[in-house]
Amino acid sequence: MKTKATLSQEYVKGLWDQNPVFKQVLGMCPTLAVTVSAINGIAMALATTFVLVFSSLIISIIRKLIPTQVRIAAYILIIATFVTLVDLVMKAQFPELSKSLGPYIPLIVVNCLILGRQEAFSSKNGVGRSVLDALGMGTGFLGALFVLGGIREILGTRTLLGFQVLPDFYEPWLIMILPAGAFLTLGLLMGFSNAYIAKKKNKERETLREKYLKPKSPTVNAQEA
Amino acid sequence: MKIVIHMLVTLSIIGIISGGLLSEVSGWAAPKIAAHRKAATEKAVFTVQPEAKNQQKVETVDFELYKVFDDQNNPIGYALPFEGNGFQGKIRLMVGVKNDLKEIVGLQILEQVETPGLGTKVTEDDFLNKFVNLSSVPKILPVKVEPTSKPTNEVQTITGATISSKAVIAIVNAGMEKLRKVKEEGGEL
Repeated sequence: MKTKATLSQEYVKGLWDQNPVFKQVLGMCPTLAVTVSAINGIAMALATTFVLVFSSLIISIIRKLIPTQVRIAAYILIIATFVTLVDLVMKAQFPELSKSLGPYIPLIVVNCLILGRQEAFSSKNGVGRSVLDALGMGTGFLGALFVLGGIREILGTRTLLGFQVLPDFYEPWLIMILPAGAFLTLGLLMGFSNAYIAKKKNKERETLREKYLKPKSPTVNAQEA
Repeated sequence: MKIVIHMLVTLSIIGIISGGLLSEVSGWAAPKIAAHRKAATEKAVFTVQPEAKNQQKVETVDFELYKVFDDQNNPIGYALPFEGNGFQGKIRLMVGVKNDLKEIVGLQILEQVETPGLGTKVTEDDFLNKFVNLSSVPKILPVKVEPTSKPTNEVQTITGATISSKAVIAIVNAGMEKLRKVKEEGGEL
């Protein structure tokens, strides 16, 4: 059996190695739809993280009580409860934000990131690990949405978080705040990050090869093959 | 059989707990949400009727309508929320009109899903101010060049947002027509 990861690894893996947006490609609907500005991205990610952490907490506590046949229904019920909670609180306390996020808050219920983590992680791990995993995934989601929203906001409206960052003579690219802009930005970001990783891996392989192939030792060659 | 009961019981318990929790939170949130909605409506009413000091909902008609009063409590006009089709979806706006139901004093877009950067220009003051002191009889007309004579019933449409501009004008026209029809038929406003 695989050795258990350390607790800090459970948190850190969500930031980049298993980043929900760039690596797992989960939760694409809110990622593409709400990132017209950085603040929308942050709010969406915070709401998702809240739901993710509390669903993970509850589900990891009661994971042994839920019959496997109805586990998905039970998860959805628990997730939906927290989403409705967030929706109500947002509408009551932050009406402006709730208006700009529109129907995407209730849609967190069907965000595959949340259901995915429950099925893949919380239903098999303890409370502490599940909460750490949820926090890590949430942070990764927040980072991704902030970067995406930031890029689209800067290029599409010249501002970042409402402050003007590009000079007036720059003509805003309207396409960036249209749906097409979301696809372009996400695609390019994913492409660049994958290209970077591929390059790094290639380099590593090259150095390994040089290190072991140069002496021409037969044992290492056999291992390589 | 045992597993079926187990399934039913588990789901029921989760359902009951979440239902109870949500009804508690909803009880706390509902008055706040209603207050926000009311505040938003009031703000819109006073934006389209800048001279108004007080407003009251008209109860005698079957649509939403607000009557506004000046500081001496004399009725000075109406604020009418109205909606219609825009370029991509519904546009909801509020129009302020004087007592004669002809001269428009203000216009505000409440909700829209127009193209960002193009159609959304109809929500900017540059466009909305063209409706101030505009005559809505017999109809507001969309035109391509800025009207020179005043008072006028012509509004210059926005370059790149012709359809959205025309949609706003059409919605205002429809709303005003509805108001005038109620009055013609002897309805109380």
